[in-house]
Amino acid sequence: MNPLVTIFLRFAVLSLIAVGGVTSILPEVHRVTVDVHHWLTDAEFTQMFAIAQASPGPNMLIVALIGFHVAGLPGALVAAGAICLPSCTLAYLVERLWQRFRGTPLRRAVEAGLAPITIGLMLATGWVVARGAPGTNWTAYAITAVTAAVMFFTRVNPLWLFAAAGALGLLGLV
Amino acid sequence: MSQTGPPNRPTLGELYRGFLGAGARGFGGTLPWARRMIIEERRWLTEREFIDLFSLCNFLPGPNVSSMSVIIGARFHGPLGSAAALGGLLTVPLITILTLAVLYQRFGQLPGVDAALRGVGAAAAGLVLATGLRMARSIGRTPRVLVFLVIAFVAVAVLRWPLVPVLLGLAPVSVVVAWLGSLAPAWRGRA
Repeated sequence: MNPLVTIFLRFAVLSLIAVGGVTSILPEVHRVTVDVHHWLTDAEFTQMFAIAQASPGPNMLIVALIGFHVAGLPGALVAAGAICLPSCTLAYLVERLWQRFRGTPLRRAVEAGLAPITIGLMLATGWVVARGAPGTNWTAYAITAVTAAVMFFTRVNPLWLFAAAGALGLLGLV
Repeated sequence: MSQTGPPNRPTLGELYRGFLGAGARGFGGTLPWARRMIIEERRWLTEREFIDLFSLCNFLPGPNVSSMSVIIGARFHGPLGSAAALGGLLTVPLITILTLAVLYQRFGQLPGVDAALRGVGAAAAGLVLATGLRMARSIGRTPRVLVFLVIAFVAVAVLRWPLVPVLLGLAPVSVVVAWLGSLAPAWRGRA
């Protein structure tokens, strides 16, 4: 199959299940792109995650990077469109319906039921990315742990930590 | 409702430019910038309206800021408004990331770039973990929350199961349990 079609179909389906944002589907993106289609290696996936996180804007743009890697500029645009359009169309449609459910037990139950799953998936993403390539060494785990702790307990701008971690990498320590 | 008077009604161009600014500033997350722009700077929504909108977007699939831009655009100008808002939100990030992708393709083979990105990747993973932990702290530590959180984590991170069946299996059960819990408040808050 044309890779553009594959990219579109894979990401369009993911778009509709990305409850809580793209971070929660990254383990699935990893499974599809690394394990199933072998578009990327483990290390490349982690690098693209790094690029996407260090850029402004919604971090769903990691799919544009993957699309670019697989099929150049058309791949990037198809991937970005596929991850955006289905969920945005749904948002548009649900908006009208949603007003009727304001303050109802159904709405509260849906929110209360989905929240822990969303958070579990977000932690799973951190886990999968931190594991990275098989050769990941203790410095990388230390960076992950320190960043997690600092960001949990303080409101430091994460870009400082990204810069420091990049510097450690440049020094050959990661 | 609030003292600030009726929210301003943006034009199509203002929708585009407002979200353009939020997207361009959104390092490490667009949401805080979008909130500031929408409520404080341009007064399109009241705080209360924004919170309602955010909880809607939180359980819609997709990036919640994108959904939010689509819905705000739709409220003011229908489908065209949605397109203007979403287009504004994505313009700068898309150009930036494609530029980075080209640079990476050209210079990614340099050992320094590769090594630096390994470091940044490790830090980015830490940021995601911290965000998850912060959210976990904010939604309350009931047994129900912990159980479903851990099941979702183990299924996806440890067992590496595909997300769709996990979500389809887990979400309805979790919603029903939450609903039953709300019927019998005494069940919650124990332990």
